[in-house]
Amino acid sequence: MPPLIQFAGVSRTYGRGEAEVRALDGVDLSIERGEFVAIMGPSGSGKSTAMNIIGCLDRPSAGKYLFQGVEVQDLDQDRRALLRRHCLGFVFQGFNLLARQSALENVELPLIYRGLPKAERVARARLALHKVGLEGREGHDPSQLSGGQQQRVAIARALASDPMVILADEPTGNLDSQRSHEIMQLLQALNRDGITIVMVTHENDIAAYAQRLLVFTDGKLTRDEATPALISRSA
Amino acid sequence: MLWETVSLAFTTIIRNKLRTFLTVLGVVIGVAAVIAMVTIGQGSSAQVSASVAALGTNVLTVRPGTRGFGPPTGGATAPRFSLKDAEALADLSLVGYAAPVVSSGQTVVFGNANAATQVYGTSGDYTRVQNWALRTGRSFEPHEESAGSAVCVLGQTVATKLFGNSDPVGQSIRVKNVACQVLGVLSARGSGSFGQDQDDLVLMPAKAVQRRLEGNANVDSIAVALRKSVSAEDGIAAVQAVLRERRRIGLTQPDNFSVSDSKELSNMLGGINTVLTGLLSSVAAVSLLVGGIGIMNIMLVSVTERTREIGIRLAVGASARQVLLQFLVEAVVLSLLGGAIGIGLGLAIAYGGSVFMAIPFVPSGAVVALAFGFSALIGVVFGYFPARRAARLDPIEALRYQ
Ligand SMILES: Nc1ncnc2c1ncn2[C@@H]1O[C@H](COP(=O)(O)OP(=O)(O)O)[C@@H](O)[C@H]1O
Ligand SMILES: [Mg+2]
Repeated sequence: MPPLIQFAGVSRTYGRGEAEVRALDGVDLSIERGEFVAIMGPSGSGKSTAMNIIGCLDRPSAGKYLFQGVEVQDLDQDRRALLRRHCLGFVFQGFNLLARQSALENVELPLIYRGLPKAERVARARLALHKVGLEGREGHDPSQLSGGQQQRVAIARALASDPMVILADEPTGNLDSQRSHEIMQLLQALNRDGITIVMVTHENDIAAYAQRLLVFTDGKLTRDEATPALISRSA
Repeated sequence: MLWETVSLAFTTIIRNKLRTFLTVLGVVIGVAAVIAMVTIGQGSSAQVSASVAALGTNVLTVRPGTRGFGPPTGGATAPRFSLKDAEALADLSLVGYAAPVVSSGQTVVFGNANAATQVYGTSGDYTRVQNWALRTGRSFEPHEESAGSAVCVLGQTVATKLFGNSDPVGQSIRVKNVACQVLGVLSARGSGSFGQDQDDLVLMPAKAVQRRLEGNANVDSIAVALRKSVSAEDGIAAVQAVLRERRRIGLTQPDNFSVSDSKELSNMLGGINTVLTGLLSSVAAVSLLVGGIGIMNIMLVSVTERTREIGIRLAVGASARQVLLQFLVEAVVLSLLGGAIGIGLGLAIAYGGSVFMAIPFVPSGAVVALAFGFSALIGVVFGYFPARRAARLDPIEALRYQ
């Protein structure tokens, strides 16, 4: 079986001529099903750019991106939307929930675009909220929830459509240490259930939850190694 | 999916009630104006047709002098008609009834009450020409006509002014200095095409008005009712032939009288109506356009404000088409809402206007449906540009917005 995610010489440049910025510069990597990967690196090293390309929100300027062995770098907007809808889930640093919509409605959102009937959407959304430990908070607005709870809603939203991969760009960036570890335990549990997780973080103890660490420097992949088994299991 | 989109649009719209109201105000005013104009226009056309129908079909009015629009020209110098002219016209086979009209402005008095009115000297055929029934009493008998008796029939307005609720029949009123016995009262007709009071008149035998009030033998006009199935053209031609003969007009000379058809009046009024309705409707159309631009403006603001929301929707798998649809539906729902309010308001204005102008209230389902459809069209046309802008947003930039 081909890897779930594979980059072959992926570059992403912004601007032209003198002002050209190489956010990614000839990156090769591959991620298998079921992996839990942490991406680290200094600010501006291309981590988010790589996540956006993996998430089909962006396209490489050069190189190939294969998802389950299929080249997707040249897919049109609609096909990339389909891929996001059915295979990918996002968790953002800033949560990105819809204000003034309840937790349940937020989790239902991806299911609306899959055309599921209301009853099934609600059932699935409740299940996802249950999985992240938010049963009883279905009717709360984001403004009525703590940061940690909001991030759980976001994770439930990513979960609701049964994705193969959850992409989390600094999911604990806005949370205190206690909440951060709770969120990581949740992601770890989801990973044990078989969901592939790719996560960007700045913190070693957060990265330690992953099994594998990728380090970016100046748009290049400079390290690719297993996280020490002891740390990743302990917490 | 479409239903989800519609209910989402409603939720968004209900959350911003004040903004929604201001957004749709333009469409409300535009649609209300169109509906009010058209409904009042139709009411006044119906009024014109009704008053023409009340005149009886194919009533010709014959006057001395030539006449275009405006006052008669040469009316002062052209020879007057006589009672014989009216009789000659009545003898024509195409003519049902012909009644002479001698008009005389007079003040009529009964006891302490008096009324300034128009006295028409005519024959009993006048009410037949006009298809006008009596409410009470009777009209003139031929012997009263030939004798020029001092008898009269009152219009409802005059009857009310002089007698209030009591019965005038058999009473004697004074016209100028003539004591005149009341034979009957005409049924009420209401206001005419120009808003004049049709019931403000007194009928007397033509000879009585000529001798006792005017002191001459002139007839001012002749009202002619053609027989059923006789066309106005044929009737006019026959009347013209007889009068040219009687007035000894040479073959090459023009008529020194005019014959007008009751339909002429209705056509003229209808024409004025059409022009006015068209004019006002184009003003209304402009305000609809402005309303549409208002919706587009607010939708553009809304797209900018909700950039992040659009980014989130794109990230969880919405296609550009679905985002486009969401904003398009929102614009259409907005403008339909404006349209619905506008239709209600327009009908209310039209109703008030109809009551005020004493014309029938004729709401038209077709016009309402058209206004509703037009509102939807405005939503689609003016919502498309903002919706397309939303659909073309780059998801990464949208997510990073503000
Ligand atoms: N839309 C953009 N336009 C221009 N430059 C960009 C854009 N997005 C990212 N960059 C640049 O690309 C580089 C990598 O950015 P990013 O992937 O966001 O870094 P990281 O997430 O590792 O901090 C940075 O130098 C950044 O300034
Ligand atoms: Mg980043």
